[in-house]
Amino acid sequence: MTTTAAPLLEVTGVTMRFGGLTAVNDVSLTVGEGEIIGLIGPNGAGKTTFFNCLTGLYVPTEGAVRYRDTLLPPKPHLVTQAGIARTFQNIRLFANMTVLENVLVGRHTRTREGIFSAILRGPGYHRAEAESREKAMELLQFTGLAEKADHLARNLPYGEQRKLEIARALASEPGLLLLDEPTAGMNPQETRAAEELVFAIRDKGVSILVIEHDMRFIFNLCDRTAVLVQGQKIVEGDRETVQNDERVITAYLGAPLEGTTPAVPESVPENVTETDQ
Amino acid sequence: MTTTHTETTPVIPLPARAAAAVTALGALATAASAAMSWTWTSDFPGDLTYYGSPAGLQWLALAAGLLTLVLLLAAQGVPGLRWAAPTRSNNAVLLAATGALAVAVYSVAAVSVELGGLANLEPGGWVLTAGGLIAVLGALGLPLDRRTAVPLRILDKRLFVLVPVAPAAWFGAHAVPTDKPVAPVLTALAGGLAIAAGAVLLLQLGHLANSALRLGRIDRPLPPPRALPSWAEVLLIVLAFGLGLFAITFGIDTEYGELFTGYLLLVALAVPALAKAGLLARLRALTVKHRPVTTGAAFAAAASFPFTQTSDQYTSVATNILIFATVALGLNIVVGLAGLLDLGYVAFLGVGAYAAALVSGSPASPIHVQFPFWAAMLTGAVVSMVFGVLIGAPTLRLRGDYLAIVTLGFGEIFRITMLNLNGTTGPKVTNGSNGIPRIPDLKILGFDLGKPHTVLGVELGRFSNYYLLMLLVTALVVLVFARVGNSRIGRAWVAIREDETAAEAMGINGFRLKLLAFALGALLAGLAGTVQAHVSYTVTPDQYTFAEALPPNSAFLLAAVILGGMGTISGPLAGATLLFLIPKKLEFLADYQLLAFGAALIVLMRVRPEGLIPNRRRQLEFHEAALPAQATGEPTALTKAGA
Repeated sequence: MTTTAAPLLEVTGVTMRFGGLTAVNDVSLTVGEGEIIGLIGPNGAGKTTFFNCLTGLYVPTEGAVRYRDTLLPPKPHLVTQAGIARTFQNIRLFANMTVLENVLVGRHTRTREGIFSAILRGPGYHRAEAESREKAMELLQFTGLAEKADHLARNLPYGEQRKLEIARALASEPGLLLLDEPTAGMNPQETRAAEELVFAIRDKGVSILVIEHDMRFIFNLCDRTAVLVQGQKIVEGDRETVQNDERVITAYLGAPLEGTTPAVPESVPENVTETDQ
Repeated sequence: MTTTHTETTPVIPLPARAAAAVTALGALATAASAAMSWTWTSDFPGDLTYYGSPAGLQWLALAAGLLTLVLLLAAQGVPGLRWAAPTRSNNAVLLAATGALAVAVYSVAAVSVELGGLANLEPGGWVLTAGGLIAVLGALGLPLDRRTAVPLRILDKRLFVLVPVAPAAWFGAHAVPTDKPVAPVLTALAGGLAIAAGAVLLLQLGHLANSALRLGRIDRPLPPPRALPSWAEVLLIVLAFGLGLFAITFGIDTEYGELFTGYLLLVALAVPALAKAGLLARLRALTVKHRPVTTGAAFAAAASFPFTQTSDQYTSVATNILIFATVALGLNIVVGLAGLLDLGYVAFLGVGAYAAALVSGSPASPIHVQFPFWAAMLTGAVVSMVFGVLIGAPTLRLRGDYLAIVTLGFGEIFRITMLNLNGTTGPKVTNGSNGIPRIPDLKILGFDLGKPHTVLGVELGRFSNYYLLMLLVTALVVLVFARVGNSRIGRAWVAIREDETAAEAMGINGFRLKLLAFALGALLAGLAGTVQAHVSYTVTPDQYTFAEALPPNSAFLLAAVILGGMGTISGPLAGATLLFLIPKKLEFLADYQLLAFGAALIVLMRVRPEGLIPNRRRQLEFHEAALPAQATGEPTALTKAGA
């Protein structure tokens, strides 16, 4: 729960307009080293748009995104190179590549072998390739997919596809991992496993910013949680702050539950899935 | 998805022993008919009139009969022959027998059509037909792998309206006096209707047969191979490539269309038969185990082709096949790996050829220089690559179909520009439609490729020389494709093809890598173009069109890649070979050549949408229904691999 001094990611006043529609309005957020930050909000609140602004998929209309004190260029591959990796809300694996190949693609920015090196195949090439494979297999071990390294990604069951997306993102050796609804469509056991995985990733020294609908998941996991409603951040803080905030309760969790005590995680809808994009 | 329950039962209820005996009898009869006279006159190409001396189509009958027999005996478990059918599948026997029947029916039909009636058949022709029929009937009585139920599919009822309409239209059109100007139009329309009606009937017949026979795509598990010493495995690979060279040489050397058609029919059924028998899988396992040997054997087999030839007639065909295949392989980088649809790819071949022609020392070239061979090749390749970058840089930033439109345009712009740089409508560079003629032959280190040389006691003519040179270029392109395809760059290309957004989110610079694929593809095509310019003496603009009846052109190149199998090496090579040979050898069909060719393409894409030699990824993509059946066998394999 401790926040270190220099923030890893510093988002200041990001606004994203599509014509007359303001999808994200003046949102600021910081993620510190080793933190797990949650981002919640009702459907269409602009969470994924916010993610896309961070990762260079969209160029924000206003505002700035800094990572380790440098301004991020609005190009997805440069953002990844800088050290921010992401997963997608609707799984976007390279379906017709094997599991191992998917992870190897994730290592693209951390390897340098160009086309001549590939044709000539000198010792440097073999070394780099072997190292990539080793690191990729390590990540597959870490996510528990090593047994299926040679399977096509499309043939994995849903939960493992989610894991593979995370492994692929980790392959780029990020300092910050953005997870877009990592437990969507998962059953409670799988969600618990995902929680373990997120903690394990944090223990590897990777900070995490996660969009989620599963309240229990978010509150178990996150050091701080920001709530986005209609493109605006209405509150940010720890579990109590968010759960007791009137605006959050009306905007997102619905009317206060019967009884006077603040909503406890158990009584909160467990798994609301979202299908917006 | 659908039921994948299978059973092993005969289609025609016969005792297994009797069915095998009948099949063997049919196969023997087919093979024996090769030694008999099929027709009384030598008018039919190949002269099939002799007893005891097989010729032309008769060799095919012999091969089909023997193949059926061997597969049958192997499936029956006859000691000493079991290696021929590791899966012991009777379906393989049925396929081979069908091949025999196809050769028989085709031969008899060809003889009677060309000579005017069945009366022209000698006893050998009848023995052949009877043998093929008996073999198929016998094979249908063998226990076959079948689905338990295949629901009958009925085509849309409205389509059947065509069936009575087409003959009516036919007679109606022919009733119109031929001097009326509308007569040819009506005849053509009626012809089109007749073809459509025929296709409807054939399709429905196919569905009927499918639901009656219930022979689906059922793959038997392959028993583990017998352990062989390493040298034996290498020997087997060499043997297999030797056989492959023999089969392909036979196809290229077919002297008349009838023989080639029969050859295609046999190959089209014999290869699946070998696959069902498990032989191809065995071979693939061996080649995977001995990669360098395989590559060497393939190269050696290809290099020994000119030594099997007595004249330059077919080496010129083979050289052009190599050029076409090499360009197809280059296109496969762009289309198959990076997923960029390039409809004007032949222009890069043209750029390379024109660049080489201009610096070749041809008297028609405005630049009066003669570059040495290596410099000319380099020039062609680099110029072509520059054009690739120029075309790619503004368009590759876009996604989707824009690239296809731009490349289609570029292809035409190139051709028309070459036409216009003739001195009247533009600067005099290319001589317009006359092209750049009299390109001198290459000389490499004093070796004149234009003159015949005697190597190892075989005289290698001009085309043999160029064939060998082109083979080196092909080998280079294969090497580049194999190495780049299986590297960080190749993976990035496939990732872009699969999902560009996700690829970029993984740190891949989509634009740069697409441009790289485009430039590399252009470079390789340009390289092939430099050789092509010298092989064909002349470069003209109309060699580089979008679509034409003869390859190479952009449409054929794309067809070769898709037909052969996207993303593989052997696929485009095989596809290009077929696409080059079919139009070449089917010239006897005259006006119907393109029709037959189109029909062949449709059938092929219907039967094998993933291409002749599919990438394992694409095979899974198109035949997912077959997956559950495989999955049942998989867990054991997995645990073995894991242990």
